[in-house]
Amino acid sequence: MSNPQQLRYSKEHEWLSAAEDGVSTVGITEHAANALGDVVFVQLPEAGTTVSAGETCGELESTKSVSDLYSPVTGEVTEVNEDVVNDPSLVNSAPFEGGWLFKVRVTEEPAELLSADEYTAFSAG
Amino acid sequence: MSSTEPTEPRHTALDAVHRSLGATMTDFAGWDMPLRYGSERDEHLAVRTKAGLFDLSHMGEITVTGAGAAALLDHALVGNIASVGVGRARYTMICQADGGILDDLIVYRLAETEYMVVANASNAQVVLDALTERASGFDAEVRDDRDAYALIAVQGPESPGILQSLTDADLDGLKYYAGLPGTVAGVPALIARTGYTGEDGFELFVRPEHAVELWQALTKAGEGAGLVPCGLSCRDTLRLEAGMPLYGHELTRELTPFDAGLGRVVKFEKEGDFVGREALAEAAERARQNPPRVLVGLVAEGRRVPRAGYAVVAGGAVIGEVTSGAPSPTLGKPIAMAYVEAAHAAPGTEGVGVDIRGTHEPYQVVALPFYKRRK
Repeated sequence: MSNPQQLRYSKEHEWLSAAEDGVSTVGITEHAANALGDVVFVQLPEAGTTVSAGETCGELESTKSVSDLYSPVTGEVTEVNEDVVNDPSLVNSAPFEGGWLFKVRVTEEPAELLSADEYTAFSAG
Repeated sequence: MSSTEPTEPRHTALDAVHRSLGATMTDFAGWDMPLRYGSERDEHLAVRTKAGLFDLSHMGEITVTGAGAAALLDHALVGNIASVGVGRARYTMICQADGGILDDLIVYRLAETEYMVVANASNAQVVLDALTERASGFDAEVRDDRDAYALIAVQGPESPGILQSLTDADLDGLKYYAGLPGTVAGVPALIARTGYTGEDGFELFVRPEHAVELWQALTKAGEGAGLVPCGLSCRDTLRLEAGMPLYGHELTRELTPFDAGLGRVVKFEKEGDFVGREALAEAAERARQNPPRVLVGLVAEGRRVPRAGYAVVAGGAVIGEVTSGAPSPTLGKPIAMAYVEAAHAAPGTEGVGVDIRGTHEPYQVVALPFYKRRK
C-alpha cells in the first residue's frame, strides 16, 4: 500500500489533506482500515461541533472491535461524509478517497504530524 | 494447567500457505492462526452461499483406545458415548465434579474400541489431563494426538461437490455427525460431516505432512465453485449466527450445561456413575424451577455492535451480560448472544437494551439460532 504524498498523518492513523480555504479533509489510513477489517459502523462528529487535536471525536466499528476516532487537528467540523455513514465499507475500499470521514476548519495544528514517508516508516514499525 | 505448553506461538502445517495468501494472522490459544485473508464479510457470505476452506489445525485431538474406552468416556463425559455407533460422532461436554463445564467436545467413534475426542485448542491440555486422570482403573489408554493431525474444513453448500470431485468415498451416505476413513486427493483422511458454521460441510483430519497437498487440491477443486480461504473471524460470525456456543464466552467453568441451555447433552439415564452427576442433577432441577439466567439472542435495532462483557439492561437496571456479539453479515444487523434474567428472556420481551459504552441501545430478544440453513 502507498500513502499519498500530499497528505499528512497522525500517529493515531488519521490522514489530513492540505487546507483549501482553511478547510482540511480527515480520514483514516489504508493501514488502519486493513488492521480494523470490515468497517460496519462509523460515528462521526456533527457538523458545527469543535474537535480537538489528539482527542476522540467518533468511533469505528468493525467485525472484531470498536476503535476510537481521533481528530488530527483542532477546529470546527464543517461537513461529514454521509456516504460513508450509509456505507461504511467505503473506509475499506477507498480510505484515501470516497471513504473520507469529515472536513474541518483548522484553527490549530499540532507540530508532530507526519509526512507520508515518515508515516510509512511509523506504521511499518 | 497449561504450564507444559510452549509460550512461543505454534504454527500449523499450513503456515507458509497462509502467509503466501496474505492472511492477517492472530494469536489464538497459543497458535498463530489466520484471522482473515481479505474481507471477513465476503468470507462469511462465501460459506453461506458457496464454500469456504478453513485451517483448524489448532483443535486438540485426543485418542482413547482399549476394551474400556467406551466405559471411560461414559464416566468422564456427560454424554452416552457407548451408544455412539462406529463411524458416528457426538457433541458432548466434559464437566467438573461441581458440574462446571471444562470444555465442549466432539467425540468420533472410529472403531469398536477407538474414539477420537476433539477439544477446543484453549482447553486441549485441560481435557487431556482430566481424561488421563479419570482413566485410572479403566482398561483404556488416553493418547495426546494433537501433533498427529492437521484439520482442514470445507464448509458451505458447494462443499459436497467440491469434496466428491477429490474422493471415491460415499459422501451421500455420510450423514451429519458421521465420519469415515477415506482418501481425499490421494491423501489418507478421516472425513467427517461436521462443522461450526451452520452450513453443510466436512472436516478432514489428515497427517500434518499431507496438509499442504490437501489444501491445494481443495483450492483447485473449488476454483469454479466459488471456494475461498476463510479465517477465524468469519468462523466466529458464522457460528454466532447459527447460535452455536463458544467456550470462554457462552460456556465456562462457572456454568453447567443446564445454565447454558444445553442440558440435553447430559444423559442421566446412561449406565454407571459419571463425573458431575450429582451436581448436574441439582443444576437440572434448578434450571427447571428457578433458572438464574437464560441464554437468548439479541438483534439490534440500531447499528452499534454489542461486544462480549457489555451489560444487558431493562428499565435502567442491569439484567444480563452479552457473551458474544458481532455485526451479522446475513441479517445485516448487529447480533449477540447474552445471558439475561428469566423474566426478560422470552422472545419479543419489550424494553431490553444493551449498554454500549454508556448509551442504552434498543435490542429485540429473539430465539436462537439467528440463522438456520434450508435443507
